[in-house]
Amino acid sequence: MSAALDLSLAPPLVQVDGLERRFRVGEEDVTVLRGVTFHIARGEYVALTGPSGSGKSTLMYQLGCLDTPSAGSVRLAGYDISTLGDAELAALRNRFIGFVFQSFNLLPRTSAVDNVAMPLRYAGVGLRERRQRARLALDRVSLSHRADYSPERLSGGERQRIAIARAIVTNPELLLCDEPTGNLDQKVGREIIDLFEALNRDLGVTLVIVTHDPAVARRTRRVIRIVDGQVERDGPPTEEL
Amino acid sequence: MFEHILSALLALTANKIRAGLTMLGVVIGVLAVTLLVSVGDGARAYLDQTLSSLGTNLLTVQPGKRETRGGFGPHGSTTTRPLTMDDVRAIERQATLLRGVSPVVTGGGTVRFENRQRDTLVFGVGASFPELRNMDVDVGTFVREEDVSARRRVAVVGRTVARELFGTENPLGKPIRVADGRFRVVGILEAKGTSLGFDLDDLVFIPATTAMDLFGQDQLAQIVTAARSKTEVAAAVEELREVLMRRRNGEETFTIQSQDDLIGVFGSLTDAMTAALLAIASVSLLVGGIGIMNIMLVSVRERTREIGVRRALGATRQDILLQFLIEALVLATLGGLLGLALGGGVVALVNAVAPDIPLLLSPWIAAIAFGASFVVGIVSGVVPARRAALLNPVEALRYE
Repeated sequence: MSAALDLSLAPPLVQVDGLERRFRVGEEDVTVLRGVTFHIARGEYVALTGPSGSGKSTLMYQLGCLDTPSAGSVRLAGYDISTLGDAELAALRNRFIGFVFQSFNLLPRTSAVDNVAMPLRYAGVGLRERRQRARLALDRVSLSHRADYSPERLSGGERQRIAIARAIVTNPELLLCDEPTGNLDQKVGREIIDLFEALNRDLGVTLVIVTHDPAVARRTRRVIRIVDGQVERDGPPTEEL
Repeated sequence: MFEHILSALLALTANKIRAGLTMLGVVIGVLAVTLLVSVGDGARAYLDQTLSSLGTNLLTVQPGKRETRGGFGPHGSTTTRPLTMDDVRAIERQATLLRGVSPVVTGGGTVRFENRQRDTLVFGVGASFPELRNMDVDVGTFVREEDVSARRRVAVVGRTVARELFGTENPLGKPIRVADGRFRVVGILEAKGTSLGFDLDDLVFIPATTAMDLFGQDQLAQIVTAARSKTEVAAAVEELREVLMRRRNGEETFTIQSQDDLIGVFGSLTDAMTAALLAIASVSLLVGGIGIMNIMLVSVRERTREIGVRRALGATRQDILLQFLIEALVLATLGGLLGLALGGGVVALVNAVAPDIPLLLSPWIAAIAFGASFVVGIVSGVVPARRAALLNPVEALRYE
């Protein structure tokens, strides 16, 4: 048996250990996260829930390498993000993470294919190959026929699928989704979650969905609930969620 | 790099009116620089051309020692030792680096032919004067060497004088009166036109010796000569000085002025003018730059969310810095090119419509104007671009 194929030897994709995050608000330090510890393995399907102000957004930015811990550590694919500089964090985000936002955050007046291709530019991929790969990603979310449309002409569901294509175009290991169905009606929201599940199943991409929608959380296989900056519960979804 | 420029252009076309208005500041600035410097350059070229049309490598000797070089017009004379015909002859005999020497005696007077008359300038000169001063005789001859030594009463008239006194008649051989002396016209000069507002054809030339008699003068106003070549000007000046000082017991009671000195004086004048105009024009360019900075700051604010998204998707601080810097640069240099094209158009138009106004668009103005707009772009782009690059990505993403 080849050791290279033994994934159990690889470090977990996400390792959060004793994470603490403080912010200075006026005169005093406010601790938003304290003692947060959990690991997420490759291919997991996780919901991050909690009431507003619980610190779940702050935690998501930590996982997304957009912010660094005040104490404790966050490791992504074995890299301790506290030790990395701006360019290295940017490269890590570019290569390992795909972001999906509640409000899509597509560039206006820019075609779908160019929106999707954008992260590849920061990966140093040439224009021609960027477009090619962007079209493949659009195909993956069944929107090839909208490649030349700018976001203004598309529905909310279509926009979110373009944003998902943008998130997966770099073949990331982790999809970080911040309330991805928050701006969509229930039916379209369900279709988006279906798409995420398909990506998780077919590409093996790790899914972390930040949500306070119980319907969304219930479909995942693991729910990490943050209350008052601490992990209140970490386990499979239950009925009362 | 090319891609950066392309996406900057795309970002700018997203708000065409704003980009256009912002560019307008730089367009006007560069237009002002181009036009005002064209005026300065045109004036300089005009003066250079005018001065060299008076003759090349010219040297003039004037009585009296002046301490400072340059300047023109009458001056405080400290000498009692005048310039004479003997000086002219000594220079002719002894100097080897000169091509021709001519005395100059100046006077004014009324020139009459029959019942017509005209007040004009009368110059007493030698035979080599036309060659030195780039003049040509159109009809007849100029004052000859023997006319000078024999003090003959012959006159060579300029075109204007000929026209005013003789109309369509042929002046050659006609008797005229110059300042109450009887003269005979022996030649007519080729037209030279006006220069610095002075009619170069409104003149009468007579032999220098005759002029001294006529105006009751015992000295020359100046001696005109010229170095044989441009490279020998300094040596020729030195030789001339030695010849004259030997005749004055080693005292330098005269001033030698080369044409370069004169061109230098005019040159420093036009340089000062160009610099002043450039300074004025720079102010408008500065205002244009402030306009760009202002709009870029607004743009950074408006696109805060976009910056956050780009950072989340893998843009480094440097990527963001470059993005906004290049946007400012594209704005400024596009404005610069437009201003330059407009300036070139205006100069071409003025040259075509009013050729009397000296305007000259030289390549260095184009280079400077373009370079200046480039610098304006960098300077006005740095602050907004830095602000964009230093945005905290989390706050940028949350920005409403």
